[in-house]
Amino acid sequence: MAKITFDGIEVEVPDGTTILNAARKIGGKVVPPAMCYYTPLKGSGGKCRVCLVKVTQGSAKDPRPMPKLVASCVTPVQDGMVVENTLSPQVLEARKGVVEMLLINHPLDCPVCDQAGECDLQNLSYEHGTSGTRYEEERRTFDRQDIGPLIQLHMNRCILCYRCVYTADQITDKRVHGVLGRGDAAEIGTYIENVIDNDFSGNVIDVCPVGALTDKTFRFKNRVWFTKPVDAHRDCPKCSGKVVLWNRGSDVLRVTARKNEYGEVVEFICNECRFEKKEMSDWTIEGPRHIARASVISANHYELPVVNPQIIADLPESTTKELHLIPRPI
Amino acid sequence: MGLKILTEHINVPGIDTLETYRKMGGYRSVEKALKTMTPEEVVEEVKKSGLRGRGGAGFPTGLKWSFLAKPEGKPRYLVCNADESEPGTFKDRVLMEKIPHALIEGMITSSYALGARTSYIYIRGELMFVLRILEKAIAECYAAGLLGENILGSGYSLDLHVHPGGGAYICGEETALLESLEGKRGNPRNKPPFPAVWGLYGCPTVVNNVESIASVPWIVNNTGDEYAKIGVGRSTGTKLISASGHINNPGVYEIELGLPVEEFLFSDEYCGGIWKGRKFKAIVAGGSSVPILTGELFLKTAEGTPRVMTYESLSEGGFVSGTMLGSGGFIVMDDTTCIVRNTWNFSRFYHHESCGQCSPCREGTGWMEKILHRLEHGHGNMHDIDLLVNVSKQIEGNTICPLGDAAAWPVASAVRHFRDEFEWHVKHPEKATAPGAVYSGAEDLAFA
Ligand SMILES: Cc1cc2nc3c(=O)[nH]c(=O)nc-3n(C[C@H](O)[C@H](O)[C@H](O)COP(=O)(O)O)c2cc1C
Ligand code: SF4
Ligand code: SF4
Ligand code: FES
Repeated sequence: MAKITFDGIEVEVPDGTTILNAARKIGGKVVPPAMCYYTPLKGSGGKCRVCLVKVTQGSAKDPRPMPKLVASCVTPVQDGMVVENTLSPQVLEARKGVVEMLLINHPLDCPVCDQAGECDLQNLSYEHGTSGTRYEEERRTFDRQDIGPLIQLHMNRCILCYRCVYTADQITDKRVHGVLGRGDAAEIGTYIENVIDNDFSGNVIDVCPVGALTDKTFRFKNRVWFTKPVDAHRDCPKCSGKVVLWNRGSDVLRVTARKNEYGEVVEFICNECRFEKKEMSDWTIEGPRHIARASVISANHYELPVVNPQIIADLPESTTKELHLIPRPI
Repeated sequence: MGLKILTEHINVPGIDTLETYRKMGGYRSVEKALKTMTPEEVVEEVKKSGLRGRGGAGFPTGLKWSFLAKPEGKPRYLVCNADESEPGTFKDRVLMEKIPHALIEGMITSSYALGARTSYIYIRGELMFVLRILEKAIAECYAAGLLGENILGSGYSLDLHVHPGGGAYICGEETALLESLEGKRGNPRNKPPFPAVWGLYGCPTVVNNVESIASVPWIVNNTGDEYAKIGVGRSTGTKLISASGHINNPGVYEIELGLPVEEFLFSDEYCGGIWKGRKFKAIVAGGSSVPILTGELFLKTAEGTPRVMTYESLSEGGFVSGTMLGSGGFIVMDDTTCIVRNTWNFSRFYHHESCGQCSPCREGTGWMEKILHRLEHGHGNMHDIDLLVNVSKQIEGNTICPLGDAAAWPVASAVRHFRDEFEWHVKHPEKATAPGAVYSGAEDLAFA
């Protein structure tokens, strides 16, 4: 086990845990954002750089600070490590810079984007971005690519987090898409136009943090914040069959996997559940879905950030107040 | 004439053949190491030599070797980084082309020291003709029992392969190189874990530059202590410098570290001074990734101490008034050089070569290039100059691999030392964009 201090809060985690996951154990406002790291996907993380934090003390044995900010999602903790996130102006400044970089070439077409309302980039910009832009150049665009009847690819919106690539590698039996090209010309695509089609390919939609991969069967059907999400399940021979239905009245507009508070899929679902079961009668309804994230769609289901009650019980009130922490309701 | 360790026999006819190379004393280090020394003793000599990595970072080679993990049941690898693609650096190519056996000898001796049974030379894809030279030399070694099973009857066996890259600068970054060698897209890995623990195919691996490896035979033959006597302080041994730009004698020179920069730049034995009798304006002393300096700050530090060619002396003054020895790419610019244009050109390179994995480098390198393009072509604003520096700061230190820093430093240093010239481009765009126009000093800026 390793004990670390994160934003002034002590937490104990198993050796080998990343700084990000240690912070997630605390929960609440102190958790760094993550746009590329995805717990279920091996090898993910380290790319977007929004999770940068400052290590002011490397470990108990070697207390020297780390010379650069580090990506918390891929840096393992050491016993006695001291990390600053929201307490470090340097971190907040760097993060603002990264968010700016993610936005300079983004089309900002939220009004016509199906991801709007549940988009990690929107949330991130809202929290860490600026209202204007310093970018005077023309925004980068890519040629449209058709990847089949189920999934819509909008490369212009992609932040190259590689999550969809890892998903296709690890969840499906055959990956036909990947990152082609280099630098800012790098794009998600199939090598020589190909259709992405196999039983689990739809999961790339759920892992995509932005509107680069969206559900073609839901395309322009509705704004996500007008829909009512409900937990539902069915007996599925291919997957767990545990899903969220996004309904309007009694119409099932969209089916997705269930995600945790960090937007990570809990159990991947098959394409049959996602694309073909669009009747209420296909499903057993469990009840309304709680949306705990700070996104537009959570407006109707607003919940304050929560933390592990065991941890904050020991904190002075000034700290809890400053960090806007409230105990997770049990 | 300074001492030559790597290039002593470079002009001997036939030195690219095994026969001539052996006649000149080649492969003695293999015999000595394999027959009379333990691998640990070889590592110890390299440690004592103070040899520092010649690929750019200057990390002590012996120390790197001693970090190599040695878990049971896993092979270890030595990979030679021959991807040399840094603008201004072309020394490894010359060494491999002229004396291929110098590298191969180093590979055998070093592989023995590290306990590697298979080693690789990852060579820049554009250098196919050099790859053929190396392959021919390797075939000679197999035929002579210097490679393969039971080398020279010592019981040690080694296979050596040459692998060409696909033509990407980023594949010179050691972990991108390993990915590429594994047959994957050349994206740098997140570190830790470092290659010493998790390298090629997930096994402990040492990655070293061509020149670093080629220096090992001399160290083994003459002892680390002897090597450490060459040079000054922590900059021991000799270094290959690729001299290019506006000098009378461009080329690759082997110098003893500690040589006064003035002597290197102006004496006829080396660069021979600035060409066409022009003035010395600026220099990129260690390959395109290091900060650019004015001529004055290069010859003498801000405190007025004359600089010498060592890691320490060139970096004196930090990023404010110093630079780095880097990979030894010595690019000299005379007073007809437009710094804005030059900076734009460098930034074009980094924009083109970013792998695109991490957001600050993927987006920022393109942004910097576009701003510099505007400035150079007379469409810039004053605030663009500060914006440029600010964008470079947003990249620096925040990326997966050092390419981000390498893209940021030349830009930030150019503005730091040549701000006038950038302002001139903004204030007098017609003048600055006239063919052949060069900023000639403060009067230029004040006038009109
Ligand atoms: C973008 C980039 C390009 C690099 N290219 C080279 C190269 O072409 N050759 C090289 O030896 N090292 C290169 N390096 C440095 C290597 O990552 C590594 O540090 C070096 O090969 C280690 O060898 P050394 O310790 O012998 O110098 C590069 C580094 C970066 C970040
Ligand atoms: S398409 Fe989406 S999931 Fe795939 S790399 Fe781009 S942003 Fe990430
Ligand atoms: S710094 Fe640039 S080259 Fe290096 S990993 Fe990031 S995007 Fe790739
Ligand atoms: S979440 Fe850590 S770098 Fe993207």
